[in-house]
Amino acid sequence: MNKIRSLDDLRKMKQNLKSDISIREKSDKAEEMVRIRVAMATCGIAAGARDVMNTLLAKVEKDSLPVVVTQGGCMGYCYAEPTIEVAIPGKDPVVFGNVDSAKALEIVDKYIVGGELIDGVIPVNYQTIQEKL
Amino acid sequence: MNDLAMHILDIVQNSISAGAKNIWIEVLVSVARDLLSISIRDDGKGMTPEMIAKVTDPYCTTRTTRKVGLGLPLFRQTAEQAGGSLSIESTLGVGTTVTANFGLNHIDRPPMGDLANAYVLLLGANPDINLILHYVTDENEFSVSTREINEALDGLPLNDPQVMRMIYEMVESNI
Repeated sequence: MNKIRSLDDLRKMKQNLKSDISIREKSDKAEEMVRIRVAMATCGIAAGARDVMNTLLAKVEKDSLPVVVTQGGCMGYCYAEPTIEVAIPGKDPVVFGNVDSAKALEIVDKYIVGGELIDGVIPVNYQTIQEKL
Repeated sequence: MNDLAMHILDIVQNSISAGAKNIWIEVLVSVARDLLSISIRDDGKGMTPEMIAKVTDPYCTTRTTRKVGLGLPLFRQTAEQAGGSLSIESTLGVGTTVTANFGLNHIDRPPMGDLANAYVLLLGANPDINLILHYVTDENEFSVSTREINEALDGLPLNDPQVMRMIYEMVESNI
């Protein structure tokens, strides 16, 4: 395959892209996608958030997962950076702290795909029984 | 911060927080002038002169989640330790330009890092902002923008990893 060097190459590549249709279908169902937000303020970047985001993107592409990886700002958990927020449709968003590339892959495989609970969650919104009522 | 691409990732977040619609990342690499210059310009809400005077103070931040803001102070420190400087120009309601100059051959200048990767990560995470990369060397010049990429890809989502990899390859082969 030739290397993509220009906008014209990009145009040609698009026509050859087998998954073009599935990519479009995915974007139409944005609300059904899992959303991973990597905190990328100064604290996150300095702690390695860029590597985590690159790892997640490669993983999502390799396994063709219905996941959108995006960036967020600092949530005040600078001590636990890199942090990522995982929002599975229909569930409360969960924030994981001290995420390196290995942890990121574990979160995708076990929490997102497998539905297991795993260590590393920063409790964000603790609700008492009264609050829930 | 291990490389200059990380600083770019970081400083562009300021422009995004300022509500910019267009963000220009300009990188000049001149062997002849022994200069590496990184300029991040936006059409966000801009700053008052008082704010400009304060932003490279680590104890200044607009956010409410914590009391320190290290993005610009770290960028300035990196520039100054590499024989350069950081300057900020801003007009309220018009936009802000942050420029950092480095001695290209200075022993303490961090490596550029993966500029194409920084561009694509920002592009994918902020598809609604027109992000322009302008890369200039003594011999060459390369320019690309979200708008042009969107036109070429005819509405394919820019946050799809496969699409991001294609864009990365395109940018990376030109810089």
